[in-house]
Amino acid sequence: MDFDLTEEQRLLKDSIDGLLTDSYDFDSRKAYMKEKGGWSKAVWGKLAEQGLLGLPFSEADGGFGGGGVETMIVMEALGKALVLEPYLATVVIGGGFLRHAGTDAQKAAHVPGIIDGSKTLAFAQLEKNSRYDLFDVSTTAKKKGDGWIIDGEKFVVLNGENADTLIVTARTKGARRDTSGIGVFLVPANAKGVTKKSYPTQDGLHAADITFTGVEVGSDAALGNPEDGLALIERVVDEARIALCAEAVGLMDESLKTTVEYIKTRKQFGVAIGTFQSLQHRASDMFVAAEQARSMSMFATMAGDFEDAKERSNAIAAAKVQIGKSLKFVGQQAIQLHGGIGMTMEARIGHYFKRLTMIENSFGDTDYHQRRVADAGGLI
Amino acid sequence: MDLAFTKEEQAFREEVRSFFRDNVPPDTRRKLVEGRHLSKDEMVTWWRILNKKGWGVTHWPKEYGGTGWSAVQHYIFNEELQAYPAPQPLAFGVSMVGPVIYTFGSEAQKKQYLPRIANVDDWWCQGFSEPGSGSDLASLRTKAERKGDKWIINGQKTWTTLAQHADMIFCLCRTDSNAKKQMGISFIVFSMKSKGVTVRPIQTIDGGHEVNEVFFDNVEVPIENLIGEENKGWDYAKFLLGNERTGIARVGVSKERLRRIRDLAGKVESAGKPIIQDAAFREKLAACEIELKALELTQLRVVADEGKHGKGKPNPASSVLKIKGSEIQQTTTELLMEVIGPFAAPYDVHGDDGSNEAMDWTAQIAPSYFNNRKVSIYGGSNEIQRNIIAKAVLGL
Repeated sequence: MDFDLTEEQRLLKDSIDGLLTDSYDFDSRKAYMKEKGGWSKAVWGKLAEQGLLGLPFSEADGGFGGGGVETMIVMEALGKALVLEPYLATVVIGGGFLRHAGTDAQKAAHVPGIIDGSKTLAFAQLEKNSRYDLFDVSTTAKKKGDGWIIDGEKFVVLNGENADTLIVTARTKGARRDTSGIGVFLVPANAKGVTKKSYPTQDGLHAADITFTGVEVGSDAALGNPEDGLALIERVVDEARIALCAEAVGLMDESLKTTVEYIKTRKQFGVAIGTFQSLQHRASDMFVAAEQARSMSMFATMAGDFEDAKERSNAIAAAKVQIGKSLKFVGQQAIQLHGGIGMTMEARIGHYFKRLTMIENSFGDTDYHQRRVADAGGLI
Repeated sequence: MDLAFTKEEQAFREEVRSFFRDNVPPDTRRKLVEGRHLSKDEMVTWWRILNKKGWGVTHWPKEYGGTGWSAVQHYIFNEELQAYPAPQPLAFGVSMVGPVIYTFGSEAQKKQYLPRIANVDDWWCQGFSEPGSGSDLASLRTKAERKGDKWIINGQKTWTTLAQHADMIFCLCRTDSNAKKQMGISFIVFSMKSKGVTVRPIQTIDGGHEVNEVFFDNVEVPIENLIGEENKGWDYAKFLLGNERTGIARVGVSKERLRRIRDLAGKVESAGKPIIQDAAFREKLAACEIELKALELTQLRVVADEGKHGKGKPNPASSVLKIKGSEIQQTTTELLMEVIGPFAAPYDVHGDDGSNEAMDWTAQIAPSYFNNRKVSIYGGSNEIQRNIIAKAVLGL
């Protein structure tokens, strides 16, 4: 049992923390938001230069062979700096599908562009009524010759506006909520029949609702078994959940730090408000919540490698529950302790709160995952 | 980072577990499972079995009978002990006064007291809290005056746990009333059989008798019973309180109780089916298990940190363990109340020692719920723990 980072992992942490300290202060972030697509190509290029976009890919695929801990380190740092760039969509999720199911040809076509920063991806999964069930898929992929024709609508596709390639879940067989008959397809974003409606999200990212109308793709578009892809989807989404847990830990750390600094300096009644015990206790409870979250983020990271898929999913669901509870408390109380200034767009803290809040509703909220753990027979 | 236990650690867990299986008296285990109180004999019998095995004072230095285990081994031992469940060592002797004596005591004191603590030849109790000194412990007023070769002790202690069984007490006494309040306190040990010591029971809301008031009326104590230096007692008290850090989470206790809840909830019916099939109840149970898993990992982080960097100053992270650990223990007793429902009501007038075997053991569930309200109060209330985090961690 060991909670320490290796020497290489410490170097990785230092390098990404350093990069973000230099290029991601609050004002820079505001400027990046105004760029096309809502994030900075220059920062993305720097992430590529430091090898961070190739982190989880095997050396054979041109990457660095990083594991779960490396991704955790990066996601925590991205959370701390409130980064807008599509690391989750491109490297964690897009990269995850390619790593776990990509053929050599598919990897050769997509991985180098991810690693060098020239291409980004997006995961088109959510549907009007699917909510958090990954198997609830109405979009269809019908066989045509060797290839497929995709029809359907996907919503809140993060980085959907910018992505070069979309990873689309679609039903090849069966009824809407069948667990079998679901495939995963690589679709060029500029394919005929793809239409997008883009918009900013509450937390400053960008997403798109995407309609697929008779979109034709070749036989090489299917990732894994097109008739039985749910296990693959669950695996990659579990990795996305792990990454979100780590990002949330970074966000909570920074929220707590910012809040403590604020109450140390803000004066009322002639003294720093941090001298008031009611505020001290609230801040202490935020610390407790953040530490519990950190523990479960580590647990989730380890669980990513569990061989038993049920055990893995149960552990990650449990982590998402703890993260959800902690982030709600830390986020809300950070605003409360900031008082009026916390309500303004001008202050950093509100933006942390908003990102935390959106994480809670990504890939299953607290209630959803708590039910999963309960139905799986608990965690003891 | 690797959260898995090594093969050696897993083998150690097996060794500990099988020792408990073979050596904990079955009645003692059953009573703990059922939430009953144990008699003094039952506890001492078990502790002597442990001590004979060499596991009576596991975390002491080897020269005084300790094991030399790693931080992780201590963690595993405690978790298995709590989860089996078997009675934990008497903290007042093993975790509190023992380390103070082997760290600050004279050679003669070490020789005189340590082996008797390990074998529970002396049952120790703690004379810290007073009626006017709870969280503000340093305001204590019990006085020790030097007269020739004796200390003359006058005053009152309270919340003295299991003083009714005690042979010895370690006591914080004011020896210099002119000094600033933390400065004039000394750490003195003496026999509870001394003339002038009176123990009066306090009945707690669960009907039990765990704690007592202890009165000192001109108690004469030999001068050599002072531990360490005169007026340095506050330092030793702080050392003592910071010494037992990770055990306070009581993860094993909560684990055992959650298993029991799951088991019971499969048997007790609600709406014509076992209550475990009720979605709302099941989710509450899962929520508690998740909190406990997070706490277990937080505790392991503290353990791993101690293993790497040694037990230096008290780790403020232990305040997190105390707060969450006590909250979760309390939640488990609430869940038990929920499972048992209307049958929580019958009161066992012998609930105190659990000796009335005729009474259905479900009668212990409500008392256990009432009794567990103490865990967020004792050992530095959870509010004090929040003060510690605010000050020591957040710098407020």
